Amino acid sequence: MGDLIKAPATLPVSASATHSGETHQYLTFTLGGEMFAIGILNIKEIIEYGNLTEIPMMPAFIRGVINLRGAVVPVIDLAARFGGGPSEVQRRTCIVIVEVQQNDNKHDIGIMVDAVSEVLEIPAGDIEPAPAFGARIRTDFIAGMGKIGGKFVIILDIQKVLSVDDMALLVKAAEGGHEALSAAA
Amino acid sequence: MNEILSVFVQEAREQLAVMEENLLRMERGEQDAEVLNAIFRAAHTIKGAAGVVEIHHIEKFTHILENLLDRLRNHEIVVNDKIITTLLQGCDHIGALLDLVEQGIAEENPELASAGQALVETLRAFGKDASDEKSTVPAESVATVERTGDYTTLSDCWHISIRFGRDVLKNGIDPYAFLRYLLQLGEIVHLTTLFDAMPPAHEMDPECCYLGFEITFRSNATKEQIENVFAFCRDECDLHVLPPHSKISDFIELIERLPEENMRLGEILVKSGAITHEELEEGLRRQQAVAKIAQATEQKVPPIGEILVEKKVVQPEIVEAAATKQKLVAEKKSAEARLIRVQADKLDHLIDLVGELVIASASANLLAQKCGQSRLTEATSVISRLVESIRDSALQLRMVQIGETFNRFNRVVRDVSKELGKNIELVISGADTELDKSVVEKIGDPLMHLVRNAIDHGIEPAAVRLARGKPERGRVELNAYHDSSSIVIEVVDDGGGLDVDKIQAKAIERGLIQAGQTLTEQEIINLIFEPGFSTADTVTNLSGRGVGMDVVRRNIQALRGSIEVKTQPGAGSRFIIRLPLTLAIIDGFLTAVGQASYVIPLDAVVECLELRADDTRGHVLNLRGEALPFIRLRELFAIEGAKPARENVVVVTSGGQKTGIVVDQLLGEFQTVIKPLGNLFKYLRGIGGATILGSGEVALILDVGALAQIASQREIRQQTGNAPNALASALGAHEPLARAASPC
Repeated sequence: MGDLIKAPATLPVSASATHSGETHQYLTFTLGGEMFAIGILNIKEIIEYGNLTEIPMMPAFIRGVINLRGAVVPVIDLAARFGGGPSEVQRRTCIVIVEVQQNDNKHDIGIMVDAVSEVLEIPAGDIEPAPAFGARIRTDFIAGMGKIGGKFVIILDIQKVLSVDDMALLVKAAEGGHEALSAAA
Repeated sequence: MNEILSVFVQEAREQLAVMEENLLRMERGEQDAEVLNAIFRAAHTIKGAAGVVEIHHIEKFTHILENLLDRLRNHEIVVNDKIITTLLQGCDHIGALLDLVEQGIAEENPELASAGQALVETLRAFGKDASDEKSTVPAESVATVERTGDYTTLSDCWHISIRFGRDVLKNGIDPYAFLRYLLQLGEIVHLTTLFDAMPPAHEMDPECCYLGFEITFRSNATKEQIENVFAFCRDECDLHVLPPHSKISDFIELIERLPEENMRLGEILVKSGAITHEELEEGLRRQQAVAKIAQATEQKVPPIGEILVEKKVVQPEIVEAAATKQKLVAEKKSAEARLIRVQADKLDHLIDLVGELVIASASANLLAQKCGQSRLTEATSVISRLVESIRDSALQLRMVQIGETFNRFNRVVRDVSKELGKNIELVISGADTELDKSVVEKIGDPLMHLVRNAIDHGIEPAAVRLARGKPERGRVELNAYHDSSSIVIEVVDDGGGLDVDKIQAKAIERGLIQAGQTLTEQEIINLIFEPGFSTADTVTNLSGRGVGMDVVRRNIQALRGSIEVKTQPGAGSRFIIRLPLTLAIIDGFLTAVGQASYVIPLDAVVECLELRADDTRGHVLNLRGEALPFIRLRELFAIEGAKPARENVVVVTSGGQKTGIVVDQLLGEFQTVIKPLGNLFKYLRGIGGATILGSGEVALILDVGALAQIASQREIRQQTGNAPNALASALGAHEPLARAASPC
């Protein structure tokens, strides 16, 4: 599949920069039949799914690591991260490489999605705040609900979804849980 | 900051370190001249360098510091603790000024300026008493000079010895004119006219000059000037100008002060003014002449110094000084030639490239093997051997001795123990142990914390020590040594040791453990590494803010290291830090389980053998009569797939304990470029990192020590069920017990 989209180097500032009129670009993708969107500025590239090395004793949402031009990059199964079961690898499954900022450090993290759709512009006026409940994922993961063609698309707060501290704690908990499981067996 | 400034800052820091080290030595009672001289030299170098790069405030401050040192050196004032403390503060001040320079600020800020001014006052105050005396000293010395001039021998005068050539008169030169001219330069104290060259009267040619003079001449003129007096008849007479004896020391001093360049002996003498160019040339001509004869007679050619002495143009003492100087310069030159400064980031870049090279060469190797062309395989194996040597040399470049880091603590121990009124000595061993520069840089802060803790909490006050029958003087040790694939650094104190009850009480108070929880002593002690833990009753400015040990442990873990503590009540504690030798590339042993590849650090591998079912009982293997516990990676990592007909055991050792690791396949040695797994996996145990195989796949590096721990903890849990104490030991007190993370 190769690189479908390269993240633009600079922020595309629209001419009418009033707050409500601001427009950002989003990458939309499907996951378990639902449509999600991520702000394009965090996305570095999109690559084909494959050559994944599993890491033992990990919770299900950590799919493994890949070799991204010499760097070892972890891959997160978003569906599992949202509390669902592990996603199946499909024909159009791919890995979106996202840059996450954490305590002055930048990390590259891959997210596994069922299929990427397109890059869309959503004006700020068309974005509703996250509902209190009902979206079936943690509300702090949601940056807003974008209206596209009369349908709602969940815009993810990718910094929260891929918070390294948060996930590392889950890894730790999973390690204990894993041990508890094996002890019970 | 430009390059010159950065070099200046770096060199000045080195000199500061030398100063500090010697000041501390002086404080310990080594007050010989060499120590003081070393301090003086360091200060002088800083001053000079600051002048060159035009950072005048540092130059000025160092000058004042140097003045005091000079007085110490001249025994005008006597060293005491106060002076040393002030001098050390002076060093710190210079250090602070250097920090500013490093940040690119050439001017000193007002805060530092006032601090510097205060120091200057103190420094001057030390000199005060002495300077009163000093004002009388010069007067006395002047008087002495006059006296010698009057009464003593002519030793303080130039000695001019001249034999005029025969044809001087014929050429219209009057020897007397020279003497008159000479008088313009100084005073002829004594003159002997020599006429022993005069032949008997009947043979004498009245137009010839047979005269010679031995003149004792007092003057401030230089040798060059005196010789110039005789310039007109220079070719026709035999002239020797010997400097006054009092000047010998001047010359010697001059020689010592000459810039340290590679010079010939003759040049040194000319530069110091002990001989003139003409004399040197004459000497050299003579040496060549002698050399010709020497060649014929197989004699040794006398060195130029000897010839000059023989020719009476220079005293032997001066030649000796010049020769010593020459040797010194040569030695220094050769030492300098062995060292070159390289920017650290250039080295890092090199290591990165070498890492890529290792991976690329592995992949070339793999392809060559697949091709099955023997000549290609041969070529690639030669390349990989070379790459291996390059890797080793490149890594070696980054290795530095830990001694420099350790030495910094001399000062820390001194300051902190003074502040607390404790008498503590620091004992350093294994200072020449080498480890990766990036590790050395990052280990400083954790060590600082441990050492401060040892002084503040560890060592008891003198009274308590005496009551416990220990020497009054406390002892803190810093040890470093290699242990298989890791380097071990220990911080040891002979203080009170850790108080288990106190730690437990505190841990309950802080909610780290429950009141009813039963923990082993070691588990309780390990609680000190938990965030928010501190046992100091009073918060001092040294330690006790509770931000300490957890940060220490985190920093060490970030270096892929570990820390443990052993303590004995009343006898002291020992903090043992274990660090990997290098952070970049290791020799690995590649194994495979199912589809996955795992790398075991080769240093940990003892041997490999086949796993035979009849040799095993449970998870213990009979290794030539020895009971060896083993771990099946397939089980531990829950890897899917059936196990193969033949399984292999890799026997590894870690911390003195042997363990077997059962894998499917042994794939052989593999140069492993360590790629960190990142923060996401910081709590993952059993995996030390990742690497990239020749095929481009990622393989995981096993942390054999942690694997054995995990396996043994699981076993304990299986035996005891899920009792709380077992849970605690399973977590190894590595994590805060009360703070379990909840998913989502």
